Amino acid sequence: MSPLALLQALDYSVLQQCMHCGMCLPVCPTYAETGKERNSPRGRIALMRAVADGDLSTTRAFADEMSYCLGCLACTSACPAGVDYAHLLEIARTHVEESAVNATRTRNLVRRLTMRWLFTRPGVLRMAGRLLWFWQRSGLDTLSRRFWLTHLLPRRLRELEPNTPRIQWRFSDELIARNEPAVGKTRHRVAMLTGCVQDLVFSDVNRATVDVLRENGCEVFTPRRQHCCGSLHAHNGDLETARFLARRQLDAIDPTKYDAIISNAGGCGSHLKHYNRLLADDPDYAGRAEVWSRKLRDILEWLVEIGFREPRNDAGGVLPVTYHEACHLCHGQKVSAQPREILRSIPGIELVELKEATWCCGSAGIYTITQPDTAARLQQRKLEHLRASGAGVVATANPGCHLHIQNGFRAADGRAPRVVHPVVLLAEAYRAERDSVSRQSN
Amino acid sequence: MKGSLFQENRMADQETCSIGGDLACVPALNARLGPGCVLTGAEDVIPYGFDATAALKQRPGAVVFPKTTSEVVDIVEIARRHRTPIITRGSGTGLSGGSVPVENSIVMCLLGMNRILELDTRNLTLLVEAGVVTQDIFNQADAAGLLYPPDPSSMKVSTIGGNVAENSGGLRGLKYGVTRDYVMGLEVVLADGSVCWLGNKCVKDVAGYNLRDLFIGSEGTLGIITKVLLKLLPKPAARRTLLATFGRMDAAAETVSAIIEAKIIPCTLEFLDRKTIHCVEDYARVGLPLDAEALLLIESDGHPAAVEDDVTRIAALARRHGAIEVNCARDAVEAAQLATARRSAFSALARLKPTTILEDATVPRSELANMIRSIQEVAQRHGLDVATFGHFGDGNLHPTFLTNERDADEMRRVELAMGEIFERACEFGGTITGEHGVGLAKKPFLRRQLGNASYALLKAIKRTLDPDGLLNPGKVVDA
Ligand SMILES: Cc1cc2nc3c(=O)[nH]c(=O)nc-3n(C[C@H](O)[C@H](O)[C@H](O)COP(=O)(O)OP(=O)(O)OC[C@H]3O[C@@H](n4cnc5c(N)ncnc54)[C@H](O)[C@@H]3O)c2cc1C
Ligand code: SF4
Ligand code: SF4
Repeated sequence: MSPLALLQALDYSVLQQCMHCGMCLPVCPTYAETGKERNSPRGRIALMRAVADGDLSTTRAFADEMSYCLGCLACTSACPAGVDYAHLLEIARTHVEESAVNATRTRNLVRRLTMRWLFTRPGVLRMAGRLLWFWQRSGLDTLSRRFWLTHLLPRRLRELEPNTPRIQWRFSDELIARNEPAVGKTRHRVAMLTGCVQDLVFSDVNRATVDVLRENGCEVFTPRRQHCCGSLHAHNGDLETARFLARRQLDAIDPTKYDAIISNAGGCGSHLKHYNRLLADDPDYAGRAEVWSRKLRDILEWLVEIGFREPRNDAGGVLPVTYHEACHLCHGQKVSAQPREILRSIPGIELVELKEATWCCGSAGIYTITQPDTAARLQQRKLEHLRASGAGVVATANPGCHLHIQNGFRAADGRAPRVVHPVVLLAEAYRAERDSVSRQSN
Repeated sequence: MKGSLFQENRMADQETCSIGGDLACVPALNARLGPGCVLTGAEDVIPYGFDATAALKQRPGAVVFPKTTSEVVDIVEIARRHRTPIITRGSGTGLSGGSVPVENSIVMCLLGMNRILELDTRNLTLLVEAGVVTQDIFNQADAAGLLYPPDPSSMKVSTIGGNVAENSGGLRGLKYGVTRDYVMGLEVVLADGSVCWLGNKCVKDVAGYNLRDLFIGSEGTLGIITKVLLKLLPKPAARRTLLATFGRMDAAAETVSAIIEAKIIPCTLEFLDRKTIHCVEDYARVGLPLDAEALLLIESDGHPAAVEDDVTRIAALARRHGAIEVNCARDAVEAAQLATARRSAFSALARLKPTTILEDATVPRSELANMIRSIQEVAQRHGLDVATFGHFGDGNLHPTFLTNERDADEMRRVELAMGEIFERACEFGGTITGEHGVGLAKKPFLRRQLGNASYALLKAIKRTLDPDGLLNPGKVVDA
């Protein structure tokens, strides 16, 4: 470890910003689980400060605590003092990785293989996606599950295996042209980010995003073979790779050429908006990153900002839809009213408010891998509220939540609601509108 | 400067990574409470080394979580055998350092005692354990069509035990009073391990001394409160919220005096100055007027016709005394947003500077304008940044110094300024603390306010009830 480890080198006023008032305690899911201060935002910041002060060394317990945090950022919405917890957690987790208290051979290998290799190579990631598709399609997955072949996998992975998302056969590049014109008059030019999980598992969400943008006067540019945005890395203690990926992103898209850069994955967007801070010390990229951060928008935020067109049709019946707020969209990006406005605008949909809508569902990046028990408990809590809402459709705007909630319903008995990105519902509504117009003119 | 206010925090700085748990009583505590209820690891206990008070911290030796009164009794007995001090703690939102530990002490956190025991709708009482969060008490009453009025800004977090131990006030203090006015009975564990019930469900009771009141506001120094019997009120039928904007602080203070003089008692009369308005708006985004020098948040509740009448008269008075604008909250949602925004004032001020030191001087309401001017003058003379907000209707001000604990020179000036502000408050017939308690932060000023005889009486009581100095030693007084 360098003589001055990250937490010590950090601007102390960022830590001091927390005046330990405790106003964040009631919203922290891990504190609600244990009732122990160390599992709360205030407690974690106190531990970071103790490390920065030299009162505590970087122990395994400290590392565990940083890992136990969901990174859901509910504390930042609750904190009147404006503590930048997202930043603190990134620094603390990177500090932990650099101190190597957690290092074991296997862990290092897995981290290198996934974060440093797989997720930095778009081609390889998509190739891996293809293989996974074949595995699922061929029925090999069910077969091998039946013959216990999956038991050759380590226990953690084995438990996760049935949760592996269904890969889509056609990724975004095949569904979306590099340039797609606006329908009607061009009012905005935007660049579209396809994400990695979104691209592999929900390329239909990407397609819907482009459709909706075009409907609202946006010409859409979608670069090919996009890199991972690096949020996985930044949130898990690998700021160096995160910076590398951010630069690649900025190489591929020159933000000065567009009115907005569009993301449709809450978790990615929350990170993408912070490229300016991530690259602040990089003389070659800082300027570009500044423009990038200013122009980055979540699709739902952007639609409301440009005054999206409300779809018109005479949809019969009323479909109850509820909305689960992805943490990094509502807490990370403070986008909370816009998705509701969009859902309410769709004919035939009745928005039913969800209890604890902003409480983390437990997906939280790779939390299902690092903290499976807590992830499962939070998932159940979420499912209970979703069931109680009585809605047949669950709208949510982040692939991690989407999968986690879907998997939860799949594992449980009974009727599973449809889980869907709000933008897909809007795209469907525009389509229905066109269909009804063409029906009328026939 | 030995023993000065801001010295305590450096104690912790000197200690490096000593793992707690070398407290001799830990094995006995473990045996009694079972796994998970006794914490000793450094990472576990460090977060219990402070409350919401600026610049005070000290790592405890252990943290324990009792679930019943009998466990509390046993912890007290074990601690007494080992002469280990006990710091009782609720949620650690205290603002005078009341639950900041001393070295090698046990922090006894009562959050595990969080059962609501009995709602008696025939006598309008609620019996709860001390670790119940204030908001849950409010909700429980509300669901039964009743009102538990004390609403400290920290109510979503603070415990009823902490509220009683600090005799906390809140936004409704003007009309409804403070926590003391709603405590009908207490179960208290004394330093010798005996369990006392003080009070009952009777509206009247003069049997013996009023011992219950002795424990209200005792800050964990006389006994450990384990159960609280609370009085509830019928829920008022109507409420209205007003926001009055002023171009001068004096005008706001004069308006408050005029309202009281006109014999109107609204339930809430809160004040925010310019800096506070900006910080609160920055966080809450409820559309506060950023060009105002002062704001009054006024709420009236009761019979609909009376509320309507009050609101009209208050608005007229505010205008007559120079209000630039008087607005009425559209509906209950907007009213709630405004109250929530006001509750965030103290924490929101932390946006401006690394350290936020909040005071609690309170004066008779007729002296409000004078007190405000004094605060301004003192801060200016010492070159300090100060923001003021508070429960104006109660004469309770929260002058808040925005500073940096790492700037030794500025901290010295803050300390001087604070002393002068307390001095002025006393001169105006006020008090050094209206609701946050003495704890560590105001200990040096207590004798000045009480006078020698009262101060000696206070000490005598502490020595009688806690001869070994087991309970929260060093807070309020040195016995
Ligand atoms: C943002 C913010 C706003 C606040 N607003 C207000 C306000 O409007 N009005 C107000 O009055 N206060 C306010 N406070 C101060 C504080 O919230 C109150 O003093 C509250 O009552 C403390 O409750 P707690 O459970 O956190 O107690 P703690 O901070 O844990 O303890 C406070 C004191 O009580 C003692 N104690 C706690 N529980 C017990 C018990 N069961 N038996 C015996 N002693 C006990 C402790 O030893 C300590 O001395 C505010 C604080 C914050 C951070
Ligand atoms: S993170 Fe914010 S809300 Fe939580 S204790 Fe710190 S200052 Fe208070
Ligand atoms: S990010 Fe979520 S889990 Fe972590 S401290 Fe904040 S509220 Fe708690």
